[in-house]
Amino acid sequence: MKTYQQIIADLKSYWAANDAIIQEPLDVEVGAGTMCPETFLRVLGPEPYRVAYVQPSRRPADGRYGDNPNRLYKHMQLQVILKPSPDDIVELYMKSLEAIGIDLHRHDFRLEEDNWEAPTLGAWGIGWQVMLDGLEISQFTYFQQCGGIDLELVPAELTYGLERLTAFLQSVDSVYDIRWNETWTYRDVRLLDEQQYSVYNFEQADVEFVGAELGLHEAECRRLLDEFALLEDPDARSRFPLLPAYDQVLKCSNLFNTLDARGAISVAERAAMIQRIRKLAVGVAEAWLEQREVAA
Amino acid sequence: MAELLLEVGTEEIPDWMIKPACGHLERNLLQALEEAGLQQDVTCEVHATPRRLALVASSLAESQADKTERLTGPPKKIAFDDHGEPTKAGLGFAKRAGLAIEDLDVGDDGRLFVEKGVKGRATLEILGEALPDVILGVHFPKTMYWIGKTDARFIRPIRWLVALLDGEVVPFEIAGVASGYRTFGHRRLGVGDLDVSGWSDYQEKLRENYVLLSADDRRKKIEQGIAGLLTNGLRVRRNPRLLEALVYLTEYPTPVAGDFEKEYLDLPEEVLETVMQHHQRYFAVEDSAGRLQPRFIAVANLDADPDNIIRQGHERVLRARFNDGRFFWETDQKRLLADRVADLKGVVFHAKLGTYFDKTERNQKLAGRIAEAAGLDEQQVAQAKRAAELAKCDLTTEMVGEFPELQGVIGGLYAAHQREPQEVADAVYDHYRPAGADDKIPRSKVGLVVALADKLDTLGGFFGAGMTPRGSRDPFALRRAAYGIIRILIEGKLHLSLDTLVEWAGAGESRRELLEFFLDRLRYYLRDVRGCRYDEVNAVLASSSEVPLDAAVRVDAIAKVRPTPDFEPLAVSFKRIKNILRQAGGVEHFSARTLDTNLLEGGVEADLYTAFEKLRPTVAKRKKDGEYSEALTAIASLRPAVDRYFDDVLVMAEDEAVKQNRLTLLAHLLGEFSTIADFAEIVSA
Repeated sequence: MKTYQQIIADLKSYWAANDAIIQEPLDVEVGAGTMCPETFLRVLGPEPYRVAYVQPSRRPADGRYGDNPNRLYKHMQLQVILKPSPDDIVELYMKSLEAIGIDLHRHDFRLEEDNWEAPTLGAWGIGWQVMLDGLEISQFTYFQQCGGIDLELVPAELTYGLERLTAFLQSVDSVYDIRWNETWTYRDVRLLDEQQYSVYNFEQADVEFVGAELGLHEAECRRLLDEFALLEDPDARSRFPLLPAYDQVLKCSNLFNTLDARGAISVAERAAMIQRIRKLAVGVAEAWLEQREVAA
Repeated sequence: MAELLLEVGTEEIPDWMIKPACGHLERNLLQALEEAGLQQDVTCEVHATPRRLALVASSLAESQADKTERLTGPPKKIAFDDHGEPTKAGLGFAKRAGLAIEDLDVGDDGRLFVEKGVKGRATLEILGEALPDVILGVHFPKTMYWIGKTDARFIRPIRWLVALLDGEVVPFEIAGVASGYRTFGHRRLGVGDLDVSGWSDYQEKLRENYVLLSADDRRKKIEQGIAGLLTNGLRVRRNPRLLEALVYLTEYPTPVAGDFEKEYLDLPEEVLETVMQHHQRYFAVEDSAGRLQPRFIAVANLDADPDNIIRQGHERVLRARFNDGRFFWETDQKRLLADRVADLKGVVFHAKLGTYFDKTERNQKLAGRIAEAAGLDEQQVAQAKRAAELAKCDLTTEMVGEFPELQGVIGGLYAAHQREPQEVADAVYDHYRPAGADDKIPRSKVGLVVALADKLDTLGGFFGAGMTPRGSRDPFALRRAAYGIIRILIEGKLHLSLDTLVEWAGAGESRRELLEFFLDRLRYYLRDVRGCRYDEVNAVLASSSEVPLDAAVRVDAIAKVRPTPDFEPLAVSFKRIKNILRQAGGVEHFSARTLDTNLLEGGVEADLYTAFEKLRPTVAKRKKDGEYSEALTAIASLRPAVDRYFDDVLVMAEDEAVKQNRLTLLAHLLGEFSTIADFAEIVSA
């Protein structure tokens, strides 16, 4: 039986062998691996790219105080981007499952329609949920748009839900019973996280503080985008800090999710705030493309 | 005669799109053949699995027929000058025709012409040009590009193309994929590359490689597999849609049975069924009495499960989902539905129409009004209001968060569990009904009223805000809502007027439009669903369309009376009356006048008047009692008198006063007896 960390290691080495850069997780809080610049920004433009990384994904509203066997505030995704998507992408993906010990001749493997959309990122794609014996183990998406921009080269995005996948392979009914390695379980490593962040997100987060912080990051991002728009000198444009500007978008998104979980966002505010964050994300995406053109 | 084999190899196409795509592919091919004059005698067959659309066309001509083409040039007198020398125009045409000017003929019309035999083009060549459009022209609801934004679009990436005309490759290319003779078997059980030579070879090789090309074969395999797994009178709960989905989700379907712990049967059956059938695509199993059993049947896209690996996997997934369900149930019970009303302030109904809290307030008010108007007693009115108050509260529960398709149902179950009166719980449970043409209407009067109120508010809101359906675009399912209301009114036997409902709906300036919208649905319902004859529907609605229930009863009455011998002839007479009156200045003009009985001629005219007067109270009484067919039969009995009148009496009498009086008599007759139906609309055989 493979441990959680062994499965991750095997998947990484599989994708490394398939010419993907193995990145480390982004050090800013995100709700999904898609939001990392390694995906969000790299899928833009004409340059090919291949990358794989594990990304802890935080969804404050999904926290369950460690009580629910299948639901987590923070879960781990293995995110793979292959740009452009190779012709044999489905076969490549299937082989990655074999690389972690799944014999597809003995399991029911199915691709079922599931299109993906992230309104705050102006991103969507066409694809499937990958079902293994009735369990969704991955999301498979051909990106069509990102930051509101039609993509020049269509990337394939593969997102493995690592806890689910491992629970399945280890035949355990609760993610907390997953064997992380030979000595420790998922519970040993992560239960405290789940409990404390649930308490924080649902009960403790200071609405005023979080709201103010959100405002600051939003202002900072907007300031940077406004400044970039006014620049004419190519050198100044090409060295302009758009990646840090994008960090601000991610901060906003996570703080927004925290406020939402806290029940602190009214209906009217909610839609408006999603629009505002989307505008920032689209702004960064457009600026990023402009910057790449300057550089080229 | 040649055979065309075409296979479009793709990544997995969504199951529900496959069947329509087959139709489009066939239509597109036949159209292309027709454009090329190659359609004669062609027979076509299309099959599909998630990974392939396959078409075989037989009896194709190998080439187009040869034909003669006539090229016409300028008149001779322009092609040659006065000296008989060729002009510029003449030489130009000769050049175009590819002949010396002396070799051109002159036609009867005096113009130069040439006739050329044109060789028919080879079918192979024509197909090579046409097939890319035949394939890419298949309509899918949502397409994608998979190389880049300027490349081909299709439902999923095209990975291979087989195109063989009698074994010879029809050459073309789509998005970098060249046509050829190579296909692929089942993803896991088949061989990667299969070279095929034609339709029968193709079928055979696919079969050997675990692809059941025919949907019928897959369906049969599923049904037989299920039959083999169930004994002791157990059976799967009927679900044709699930079966079709599985047929188009698999290339080699194999049913696998699994069990779950009996204790999960304590969860509501609705939740169990939704998890199994909808989320997991398993068949639920029941005994011969229809009781749900702790078993299920999954359909794997594989040949067998010898070590029970697949079975155990499915069992574990199902257990986890049932555990979720139980967890949600327990969590949700910590707060009563009634305590969740204020939470609805945080759930948007529509940006322009406020939150579900706002909607709940409106629904409640509407439900009260409708319940009173529908003659419900005081207790039922209160129940309707209560149900409307609670109906949307389940939107804030964990269970509906997980199973949105169960909204309403969950609210109903929770209401019952939380000891709301059964009538209230049922009304909450049913308030989205009818959800589709096959769905039932709510079971109780209270339920009908609440469902009606909810839909009416939705329609009023969207119409009022100018968001009406246009063409095929109906994102808020307003047609379904309006149609649901018509069914509720008629099948639920609620004697309510559309005018009043529209008045209450809050549609603002769009009241007229909303009323028309309802009438369209009413017409559709009576004609296409009830199967009433269109002229009878027209007759009834022309008379009055205000109360749909009443209109439906009147249409039934006409259908009943129509076969009687007097009915259609009388209808003809009524039409005649209407025409006479229209030509003489309008029906209303005369119906407003008073009849002068002194001007009536004795005999036939007096007889008609007497018969009319005698009949009037009878018809009125029958109508009042809702006995429309009796009323119609009574009216029809007037026929002999009317016939005689037209035979013997000249309506357009020379004496102006007599004429006016006769027209008035006819107008009264028409007006009095057209309140059930406008007979002039009846089209006689």
